Amino acid sequence: MYEFNYQKAGSVADAAAKVAGADDGTLMAGGMTLIPTLKQRLAMPSDVVDIGQLADLQGISVAGGKVSIGSMTTHDTVANSADVKGAIPALAVLASGIGDPMVRNRGTMGGSVANNDPAADYPGAVLGLGATVVTDKREIAGDAFFTGMFETALDEGEIITRIDFPVPTKAAYTKFPNPASRYAIVGVFVAQTADGVRVAVTGAGGTAFRATEMEAALNANFSPSALDGISVSSDGLNKDIHASAEYRAHLIGVMAKRAVAACG
Amino acid sequence: MASVSMTINGKQVSGEVEGRTLLVEFLREHQRLTGTHVGCDTTQCGACTIHMNGEAVKSCTMLAVQAEGADVSTIEGLANGDELHPMQEAFREHHGLQCGFCTPGMIMSATALAKRNPSPSEDDVRHWLEGNLCRCTGYHNIVKAVMAGARAMNA
Ligand SMILES: Cc1cc2nc3c(=O)[nH]c(=O)nc-3n(C[C@H](O)[C@H](O)[C@H](O)COP(=O)(O)OP(=O)(O)OC[C@H]3O[C@@H](n4cnc5c(N)ncnc54)[C@H](O)[C@@H]3O)c2cc1C
Ligand code: FES
Ligand code: FES
Repeated sequence: MYEFNYQKAGSVADAAAKVAGADDGTLMAGGMTLIPTLKQRLAMPSDVVDIGQLADLQGISVAGGKVSIGSMTTHDTVANSADVKGAIPALAVLASGIGDPMVRNRGTMGGSVANNDPAADYPGAVLGLGATVVTDKREIAGDAFFTGMFETALDEGEIITRIDFPVPTKAAYTKFPNPASRYAIVGVFVAQTADGVRVAVTGAGGTAFRATEMEAALNANFSPSALDGISVSSDGLNKDIHASAEYRAHLIGVMAKRAVAACG
Repeated sequence: MASVSMTINGKQVSGEVEGRTLLVEFLREHQRLTGTHVGCDTTQCGACTIHMNGEAVKSCTMLAVQAEGADVSTIEGLANGDELHPMQEAFREHHGLQCGFCTPGMIMSATALAKRNPSPSEDDVRHWLEGNLCRCTGYHNIVKAVMAGARAMNA
């Protein structure tokens, strides 16, 4: 790891000022992605600004048909929250399947969404539920947030403060995990919402995306069999030692059917 | 350099560290608590698992300064003098180790599970240990040891 200047932020505004005042400042949440990146010398920030403990970025509240989750809430807290389990059980299930217990105790929702790893789970929920990403500057619709592999609509130094998830009628998340890391080889989030069915796919492409043909079929008939005959093109999907693009395309159909079945 | 203080195994300690000093380096090199191991240094293997404020974390993936003011416990803090902790005793009894390199992390992870789930099933244990890798045992006896140890801890 290169040397850097560690600074602990006292508030969101203080964090923004510290990042802006540094030569090349970076935010740190749980550090589960950032610290391995620093160790590999893939990043060389002058300053690391720690926001992980900020009190106003923690916590979960349910009101007005939505679940609001502070950006520094850990995966473990989401997985075990009675509020989340009651309002959007699929979100608690998703969080409980991220990595391993030690990663879930440190890793945060905001860090995961900001990082936008193509194999991360939370982007599936943000798109699948049509969530809103709230920052220190504005509100960004989930549909406009993930712009490419490891890229988001966030500006330099912009801080995610919370994410608001509308409560769906029904939802489920099913993933085919990488057996070593538990990252999604393919994950599909299906939700029946006030504005119709949403189907979001993560792990398969450069960034999470919606499967609109599947959404149309499920709007007509919300059952696994409605997806028979819909084949997803493997064009542009990820291929690596774990799975070919064709295999991922096939898994999208399988995971989507299982998710619809799990919606009950 | 920054100064950092925390409680480790019930004892108040402080030291001077760089921002980039990892918590595991602080434990092993500054505090000479070498029971916590570094297997991979890439957040995969769990050999470096300790408890911070009662929860299992990978100490190779935290900065020492992130543990400022925290209550840390390591494998050295478990036994009561010559008397092994029930989870350590269960690993001995069930032959849950061969070379022993992964064992401190396995045991710290297992005691965190036992606090949440007093009588975990085989499935619960296998799931929970997803972040702890062992290259010797094939896991079978580790799983038996954790099931027995959790019950003994909560007896
Ligand atoms: C072994 C292992 C297994 C894993 N398995 C999975 C898995 O199965 N599924 C999965 O989804 N993830 C997995 N992860 C990733 C994990 O979920 C991380 O928690 C996550 O990627 C990053 O969250 P963090 O809080 O640790 O962020 P950090 O590592 O601290 O930060 C990540 C990035 O986000 C930026 N950032 C952080 N917070 C904010 C904010 N509030 N506003 C703007 N930018 C911010 C940081 O500057 C940094 O660039 C795994 C990680 C490990 C090490
Ligand atoms: S040494 Fe920390 S996870 Fe392997
Ligand atoms: S006993 Fe050797 S690595 Fe587990």
